[in-house]
Amino acid sequence: MEKSKAIIDAHNVSKIYNPETIPVYAVNNVHLHIDEGEFTALVGPSGSGKTTLLNLIGGLDKTDSGNIYINGIDITRLSAGELINFRLMNIGFVFQSFNLIPVLTARENVEFIMLLQGTDKKARQQRVQQLFREIGLEDKIDSRPAQLSGGQQQRVAVARALASKPRFVLADEPTANLDSKSAANLLDVMELLNREEKMTFLFSTHDQRVIERARRVITLVDGAIASDVSATPVLQTTER
Amino acid sequence: MWLIKMAWKNIWRNRNRTVITMSSIFFAVILSVLTMSLQWGAFDNLVKNVVSFYTGYIQVHKAGYWDEQILDNSFEAEDTLGKRILANENISGISPRLESFALVSAGDITKGCLIMGVDPEREDKVTRLKEKLTRGDYLEADDNAVLVAEGLAQKLKLGVSDTIVLISQGYHGATAAGKYGIKGIARFGSPDLNERMLVMPLGLAQDMFSAYGMATTYVLSIDDPKELQSTVARIRSVLGNNYEVMSWEDIMPDIKQHIKRDTNNMKYISGILYMLICFGIFGTLLMMMVERKFEMGMLVAIGMKKSKLIFLSLLESVFTVVIGCTLGIAASIPIVYYFSKRPIRFGGSTAEAFSRFGFEPIFPTSTDAFIFINQGIIVFVIGLVLSLYPTYVIIRLNPIAAMKR
Repeated sequence: MEKSKAIIDAHNVSKIYNPETIPVYAVNNVHLHIDEGEFTALVGPSGSGKTTLLNLIGGLDKTDSGNIYINGIDITRLSAGELINFRLMNIGFVFQSFNLIPVLTARENVEFIMLLQGTDKKARQQRVQQLFREIGLEDKIDSRPAQLSGGQQQRVAVARALASKPRFVLADEPTANLDSKSAANLLDVMELLNREEKMTFLFSTHDQRVIERARRVITLVDGAIASDVSATPVLQTTER
Repeated sequence: MWLIKMAWKNIWRNRNRTVITMSSIFFAVILSVLTMSLQWGAFDNLVKNVVSFYTGYIQVHKAGYWDEQILDNSFEAEDTLGKRILANENISGISPRLESFALVSAGDITKGCLIMGVDPEREDKVTRLKEKLTRGDYLEADDNAVLVAEGLAQKLKLGVSDTIVLISQGYHGATAAGKYGIKGIARFGSPDLNERMLVMPLGLAQDMFSAYGMATTYVLSIDDPKELQSTVARIRSVLGNNYEVMSWEDIMPDIKQHIKRDTNNMKYISGILYMLICFGIFGTLLMMMVERKFEMGMLVAIGMKKSKLIFLSLLESVFTVVIGCTLGIAASIPIVYYFSKRPIRFGGSTAEAFSRFGFEPIFPTSTDAFIFINQGIIVFVIGLVLSLYPTYVIIRLNPIAAMKR
């Protein structure tokens, strides 16, 4: 099963909706290779397949063809139950909004993922303290999500995504509902964690502020990769 | 442990919804407990009234007496036999009777009547005979007098201190006759008994029927009516085949049938009540699942196993149902006890009809602990069964579809 040393290695991945009526290629024969420590943005217009590709890489959706290797394991061959466990141990998720469990405090939300993993109390506490220090919300650790701003909630969501020490973090439009300042703060945190913890980030976005901070930008059009450039703002990329 | 804590927090996330669900369970438990305790209370009261008419809870006869009720089928009422019966658990009293038929005559009127020779003191303990007295005085064991049923006295146009003449056939064909004063008039609940009953001291009856030391029946009272059948079985095994032991249910199968029929009818009412409970709980479960669909999708997406999510949702249901049930039971206890001490009392013609049959016109509640436990368990099980709906939704949950807004 060992195919690549890359963290994410997608081969000929396709996802087709309505295959028997009017086929729509949400993801069309995508090849993607992401190495450890990358800070990559997946961009493209609405309906270009960004979220579908993230869902396929995250094991939330099934491919119609092709294989996706995460750290050498072909996740397209895993059962639904195995995928849940795989996600828990290997992938951190940040969604657009409503990431947190409203009845739990910020600390409990971050601790939650480690409870699912069966991490012992001492290790959990140490990790929570470290993450809250890194996201700069130590003073909000015992606040409920409703007591936090949208930006603060997203930072806690990032901390939760990292709490399980995943192989990489998938973020679907993480700044979509944030004002400029909050978005900048969130990106600062993500960059810091990318740098300090060598955490790989792959996020879909429309947000120019995010695109400008990404070190690699992959553009999707009609489900296919239209361009893939590194360390260059997306507006100056070369079309493939 | 953390799942329990989370489930507890979850049930209070939407306080209004939880309070509405708990309230529907709370009132449902109170209603179902009250309905059942009224039904059971009414039946208990009916049985108590019926057995105190005449039969007692249990009767012991010589084998074959019930099919052929003649004096020749009587048995020797020895002290040892009575003690053997009394020694059994749950027996609270025993009254020997010598029963037969006679012609009763006063002036130029003659009627057939049922003669019941009793030990006045013991009979009162078993069937509360003294309470039936409407005029005159109650019997003493050595009286040479009788009590006459009100209806019979009217037919014979007799009152207290008048005299009657009895004629019948005694034990083993002997002639039985006597002349006795009327010491009291009694009203029996059953119209049939009220037209025919004549009570005399046991010794006097044995003397008249030449059945010295004999009895046709031992009437027994018991402490716990719920243990009726086991008590009957125990006495049967103690007395063997020479005696027949019958419960009031064997003696009056029509009453038993009536209770059974009524219980079955009541099941339909209970069914409707439980349906209402189901709709109440299910409505809130539906709302809850719609409200939390995104969150559940997100939890599965980040790696929470569906089995854990199902357990969490079951815990939430259990907490809600247990709290609703417990509060419902706690609140129904004082209500049920209040109506057992101060029963609902009928008025008007219903009350008159009840009184005419010797029944107190009341509707008491039963305080049997089984009712509270039973109704609590039924509502709890309904809650658990309905919580299979969230389980079903979670099993089929697709995180992507659930997180679409």
